[in-house]
Amino acid sequence: MLSDITLGQYFPAKSPMHRADPRLKLCLTVFVIVLIFSAANFLSLALGVGYIFLGVALSRTPFKLYLKSLKPILFIVVFTAVLNVFYGAGEPLWQWGFLKITKAGLLNSAFVSIRIVTLILASSVLTFTTSPTQLTDAIERLLKPLAKLRVPVHEFAMMMTIALRFVPLLLEETDKIMSAQKARGADMESGGLVQRIKALVPVLIPLFISAFRRAFDLATAMESRCYHGGEGRTKMKVLRFGHEDWLILASAALALGAFIALNLALPGAKLR
Amino acid sequence: MPILETKNLTYIYGQGTPFEKTAVEDVSISIEKGEFIGVIGHTGSGKSTLIQTLNGLIRPTSGQVLLNGHDVWAEPKKIRAVRFQVGMVFQYPEYQLFEETVLKDIMFGPKNQGLSDSEARDRAYEAARFTGLREELLEKSPFELSGGEKRRAAIAGVIAMDPEVLILDEPTAGLDPRGRDVLLAQISQYHQKRGNTILLVSHSMEDVGRMAGRLLVMSGGHKQALAPTKEVFSRGEDLEKIGLRVPQITKIMQELQKQGWPVDPGVLTVDDALKQLMPCLIQKGQTGSAPQTQQTREGGGRHAF
Repeated sequence: MLSDITLGQYFPAKSPMHRADPRLKLCLTVFVIVLIFSAANFLSLALGVGYIFLGVALSRTPFKLYLKSLKPILFIVVFTAVLNVFYGAGEPLWQWGFLKITKAGLLNSAFVSIRIVTLILASSVLTFTTSPTQLTDAIERLLKPLAKLRVPVHEFAMMMTIALRFVPLLLEETDKIMSAQKARGADMESGGLVQRIKALVPVLIPLFISAFRRAFDLATAMESRCYHGGEGRTKMKVLRFGHEDWLILASAALALGAFIALNLALPGAKLR
Repeated sequence: MPILETKNLTYIYGQGTPFEKTAVEDVSISIEKGEFIGVIGHTGSGKSTLIQTLNGLIRPTSGQVLLNGHDVWAEPKKIRAVRFQVGMVFQYPEYQLFEETVLKDIMFGPKNQGLSDSEARDRAYEAARFTGLREELLEKSPFELSGGEKRRAAIAGVIAMDPEVLILDEPTAGLDPRGRDVLLAQISQYHQKRGNTILLVSHSMEDVGRMAGRLLVMSGGHKQALAPTKEVFSRGEDLEKIGLRVPQITKIMQELQKQGWPVDPGVLTVDDALKQLMPCLIQKGQTGSAPQTQQTREGGGRHAF
């Protein structure tokens, strides 16, 4: 069903990754993704992958969940892998007409697949261990300098919080409405494309109406509690950079150093 | 042959994930044609899941649902036919309205059944009459209706499919007392006129007590009882253990009986209670003391008066 989508779902647990400052986690996620994408050889890639798996292990989240989050992108991984296999220069290992497989192609394909998979894993570590509220808090704090340029950072963060908050609600609502229309014989599983799109109308209209209703209710609720935006607003949970966070930061610095060294030291293993 | 039956029905949510939860476990029930069944149970007792398996919206993890003796999942492609035979009105059904006019919305079900425009229209008008929806409302947009009217329109949308079994999940939730009474009276009338089978899920013991012939009691995903209403309510302590209670008037009568009044502890409505108490009070007025059970007929039910 619809509620089976795990990508971007918080998994409550007690772990070093859950405790870590969300700002740090957010920056680290970007950092490892950059690492993975600037890896020039398999050794430096392995270092990046290892660093991500360290995060996965420290998150104390069942590995099953990570596998589940990979499921939706399985097709993309296979597709790009297959495509890359045939685009290699050099001696062909196997040839059939214009299709040929080379060693470089195989390596390249493996390289790209690993990159995509670890990209999802890295962001899953972030989303499994960080609640949406923490995440938007972190974004708001990180973007704060932009407020000087009159960018409405707080409003932006609030919008994100609300949007994220409503995703599960609207999913549940969609499920309910679909059940109700199915009970009246709506057929959503068969027919051509046009028919299927038409079959969505009885679901989308009630869904939009309920979304608007919820929006109005929320606006009234916020207004009656005198919400007026970010000016002078304090936080209930103030983000603190603890000594564990310094430790994580140090590990990242170490990883970066080793990564640069590996990238430079082994130019011979370069792929492209 | 029972119209609707379940055999060892079990449903597990999210099987194979860390969020696995057994919602319904080993439930076997048998419902005869024309019965009015009340379904009661604490929140999370599995009643919503159970009723959704009855019309094929949820496929049971194990066990069977039999409609007129046939397994509804024997041919999964024909599951839609089952949904027409077992009509389902969800909680707050007004949120499912979507058409331009109320009439079109009520016709949605019948049209999905493959009926012609004119047949579907006839069905819609009939269903609107059953639910007490005034005819001039049928040409309006459903979103212009009041809350109570919307609810009626949505229920009419299910009744219009002319289901053999009608399941209503708390149809009176959120209505004012008068709207509630009127709606329940209409459901009762519909049941009498059509003679079809009704399952009513409710948190109001008074409502199911007044209307249902038998009660299905659910607790923790298990069937606690499926027995005549009076019998279920005569076991008030068992009900309280699972977070339910008996109708207030029944409770009063049970306490009176304990104090030696010659009343029937299975009384379900205020009217019936009144019929029993009046003679007792008159007698009391004459003798100056509460009449003792020994002096009168033991457990004399309302039929005695």
